[in-house]
Amino acid sequence: MSEVTGTTWTVYDANSMTQAEVYGHVLCDIGEERDDVVGLTADLAKSTKIGLFGEKFPERFFNVGIAEQNLFGVASGMALSGLTPFVSTMAAFASMRACEQVRTDICYQNLNCKIIATHGGISFGTAGSTHNAQEDVAIMRSFPNMTVIIPADGIETANAVRACVDWDGPVYIRVGRGFEPTWYDSEEYGFQIGKAVTVSEGTDITLICCGVTVLQAAEAAKALKAEDGLSVRVLNLHTIKPLDEEAVLRAVQETRRIITFEEHTVHGGLGSAVADVIAASGKGCAFEKVGLPDAFSLVGYPEDLYAHYKLDTNGIIEKVREVMGRDFEEDEDWEDEV
Amino acid sequence: MALTDAEIRELEEQAWQLRHDIINVTVWAGGAHIGGGLSMLDILVLLYFKYLNIDSSHPEMADRDRVVVSKGHGGVGFAPVLARRGYFDFESLKTFNQFGSPFGMHLDAAKVTGVDASTGSLGHGLPMAVGLALGARAQKKAWKTYCILGDGECNEGAVWEAAMSASHFGLTNLVTIVDRNGYMIDGATEEVMALEPFSDKWRAFGFHVLEVDGHDFAALAGAIDTSLSGDKGPCVIMAHTKKGRGIDYMEGNVKWHYGSIDSTLAEKARASVDRMYGKA
Repeated sequence: MSEVTGTTWTVYDANSMTQAEVYGHVLCDIGEERDDVVGLTADLAKSTKIGLFGEKFPERFFNVGIAEQNLFGVASGMALSGLTPFVSTMAAFASMRACEQVRTDICYQNLNCKIIATHGGISFGTAGSTHNAQEDVAIMRSFPNMTVIIPADGIETANAVRACVDWDGPVYIRVGRGFEPTWYDSEEYGFQIGKAVTVSEGTDITLICCGVTVLQAAEAAKALKAEDGLSVRVLNLHTIKPLDEEAVLRAVQETRRIITFEEHTVHGGLGSAVADVIAASGKGCAFEKVGLPDAFSLVGYPEDLYAHYKLDTNGIIEKVREVMGRDFEEDEDWEDEV
Repeated sequence: MALTDAEIRELEEQAWQLRHDIINVTVWAGGAHIGGGLSMLDILVLLYFKYLNIDSSHPEMADRDRVVVSKGHGGVGFAPVLARRGYFDFESLKTFNQFGSPFGMHLDAAKVTGVDASTGSLGHGLPMAVGLALGARAQKKAWKTYCILGDGECNEGAVWEAAMSASHFGLTNLVTIVDRNGYMIDGATEEVMALEPFSDKWRAFGFHVLEVDGHDFAALAGAIDTSLSGDKGPCVIMAHTKKGRGIDYMEGNVKWHYGSIDSTLAEKARASVDRMYGKA
């Protein structure tokens, strides 16, 4: 970590830090400003990096041991007592081991608990399916009151963590594990919970992404412009819930071809959320969801897995060419289709 | 705080009224968890009419004591206590279980004034109570947290995760009370999934165990005082109770975990309650 000399996230040298490390440092800053913020984990202080907060504020940090149900129950009680708990554990355990505590204790009571789930998707691919979370977004977005955010990189993680402090109610922020390359080089790009960020403008097709696929799609868009002369719109839809429906509808209207890319099962995540909006629009649109298939993922390093599942730049280029090749009515007259 | 004879008489009077209230609500609701509502009633009466620092005209008072009724199905026993303590009009309980009512069998803190935590799914209450107690400590607040557990729900692993943490964190601002009525839905706790040696399990988790008759106000008060003193470290009050307490045909009968009563059964229930309080 570079010396902290300013007030911006970039001083954390997000290029060489994991999302979780960035989060840990940002939370330390927030802890300086807000004494209602407490940190909790279940024996993953080091792995999730929330331990950085614990070192700085030991009296406001609670490690409950390997007991995730109790972790979220205790966090709920702390929120009921007037505190703002940040809870960090692996996404698989937050969404599944403690599923009911998150749903019933936190969401049902609409508590101000912020969950930072690390090792999301297949980012811990070498650990295998016990530690992967390819279902967590589907689970979390089905809970009333829950806000679900999947930041693109460390800088966006910092923005999301900062924004969720004053966002009412429960928030689930899903980050990875590894040293995913950074897309943003500054935090000043207008991050707002619930608002898509346009990464590149385009009129031929829209790629709707979140998490690690944002960078890959942005690179793919550049290559497709150079090699195929395509005008590719890339949207960073970091907030899965509440979804920026307007951005999706604009994409339908203006590009009429959409592909979603996510590090999650294609059942119930970003792609499904976008599909709901497209279907309800009553407008024709070539559409494909790309994510993890309905199968437990292979073991491997994340970069190999992303390539295998077509979530890397090459895979995205391939998918775009496939969808662009589809026969599709190009007229702008919706009347005959609605 | 030792109870005077006059205070005990007042509490008994309150409990007598509330047992009638519970019978009425069960009739209005068309069915309720009356057995477990009655077994924990005296614990609630003692807390709400003697111990708790609360103000029903300021239900959100920041420094109020908190109560987590972890056995959330006891709503039929809990809601009348809140009504009589002044949080809302008792007559509003006529809507219990009805379409759109704020009152369902498991009370929702967002809808029922005076409820500090929404419960119902078993094994969730003690973790939340631990969080409340830690929250009070972190904020240097003097208010106390009370948690009422069902005995059957102590089958849940999360209860023991929470017990381990209450002990680890040395929580003496938390009063844990087990409503040891001996029954769960499918039968006696010892037949369905044995808890005994139950108190030894709590001791092994680092608790000082106080065994009391859960219908004896003086004994309960003594145990709460010991818990609050902090002298013994984290305490659990093992309150030995009777499921269906006060209604002779329900007492100790597993059939009355959840049930409906018609006007004839309601009359019998009222007569039984009056006999127990010497009012027949």
